[in-house]
Amino acid sequence: MPSVSGYVKGLGVTARTAMRTMFPDGIKKPIPQPSKGAVTVQYPHEKEAPPDRARGVISLVEDNCTACMLCSRSCPDWCIYIEGHKVKAPPRRAGGKARTVNAIDRFDIDYALCMYCGICVEVCPFDALFWSPEYEYSEPRIADLLHDKTRLAEWHETVPDFEPYESGSEQKVRKVPR
Amino acid sequence: MTLALAYWMETSIKLAVTLVVIPTTSLILVYLFLFKMMAFMQSRLGPMETGPHGTLQLIAEAIKFLQKEDIHPDNADKHVFALAPIVVLMSTFLLYVVLPAGPDLIVEDLDTGVFYAMAVSSLSALGVLMAGWASANKYALLGGLRAAGQLIAYELPLVLAVVGVAIQAETLSLQGIVHAQANWEIFGIASGMPFIFTQFLAFLIFMISAQAELTQTPFDMPVAETELVGGFHIEYTGFRFLLFFMAEFGTAFAFASIGAVIFLGGWSLPFVDPTANWLNIVGPGVMLAKILFLTFLIFWVRFTYPRLREDQLQKFAWKVLIPLSLVNIVVTGVFKVAF
Repeated sequence: MPSVSGYVKGLGVTARTAMRTMFPDGIKKPIPQPSKGAVTVQYPHEKEAPPDRARGVISLVEDNCTACMLCSRSCPDWCIYIEGHKVKAPPRRAGGKARTVNAIDRFDIDYALCMYCGICVEVCPFDALFWSPEYEYSEPRIADLLHDKTRLAEWHETVPDFEPYESGSEQKVRKVPR
Repeated sequence: MTLALAYWMETSIKLAVTLVVIPTTSLILVYLFLFKMMAFMQSRLGPMETGPHGTLQLIAEAIKFLQKEDIHPDNADKHVFALAPIVVLMSTFLLYVVLPAGPDLIVEDLDTGVFYAMAVSSLSALGVLMAGWASANKYALLGGLRAAGQLIAYELPLVLAVVGVAIQAETLSLQGIVHAQANWEIFGIASGMPFIFTQFLAFLIFMISAQAELTQTPFDMPVAETELVGGFHIEYTGFRFLLFFMAEFGTAFAFASIGAVIFLGGWSLPFVDPTANWLNIVGPGVMLAKILFLTFLIFWVRFTYPRLREDQLQKFAWKVLIPLSLVNIVVTGVFKVAF
């Protein structure tokens, strides 16, 4: 015979949750206010506030990108398109040799293909890719979901700073290049 | 005042009322419990956009179902496939024949009302089995077999629980049971209380078996969506699925009203003369309140517990519920003879 008390407890849990949702101000103010009590966010009417590190959209810091193609190659969906060319850059210190660096002509992410796995952000060794919590960028035309490097750079303004780790952590807090 | 109506007029009025009542009751139950109460129990809001607080959502759903294409599988037994939801819904419709809503508000007061209701409700097992067989789908067949096994297993404690009440009321007519609850005496003192006080065990057995008869969670193995992807109605779309859906909630309402009549006193109130004419007006409201209370219990349990395993379900029916209901009958009989 299974324990009856457990079954009664279960009924209590659902009843209590229903009461809390219906009357968030407690039983003393018995006006049903489910919109206040429920955890549901009525999205188009009120905006949801995602957590800072939510995976909304990927932003690009163009200056940091070296067109090394690591992100593009590690992307499971092959949704990152990079084209670049080499340019001469002034030497690092006076009297040094002039350097050759990569400049990007094209850096597109196709969000119609992207599955938000974040491998590109993880794999980028030059701090060029960051997660932004913005999520409102749906388009009526699927082709418009291909964000080019200017659009990706615009997203970078929405990237929040990294929060400090809990006390005692020896990890250095990452900085978001501005 | 009595209205003299021709038989065909009376019958067509009764038919029209029943045809309106059954979809309305399904609408009320689905909106009130499936949409709103379930949502609140999960700290959600449920439908909010269609009409104020989503009240018109069901109308939209019904229109959506009506628009859908009527699909049936190539290998399906077409006639049986088409007939199955009608059989299930017919069992629901026939149940409403004996449900009283007032001293004179009843389609037909049969002398064997409870017996008739129990017999007719088991017709749905046939429809479910037809649907499972005719779909030419192994999941549907498994679901249909499970449903048949479950409905047969739980029919027994359901009937046996009702027998206790019938012994105490000394009648099988649902109207008679309502009158018996208003008039019965204990130790020579008029009681007037509903039978739930003397037949509480039977009430518990009845509600548990009704839960299983309605294939509501925790007894929903026939439609187990995680293992049978919907069970017997897996191949049904559009209007035919709507029939199954309506039958499910129409039957829930019908079972709750049988429970309300035999355990809670139906349309009558304690200490009120059950022949008073004004009960014809107040009665349906009283009845509805009691029915909604019982359906609340059914859906509360549904939204709380996870599904049982098939063997646990059968074991519970045969090893716990049926012996308990037999004990209840014996005890009721002894008390009936002794006092």
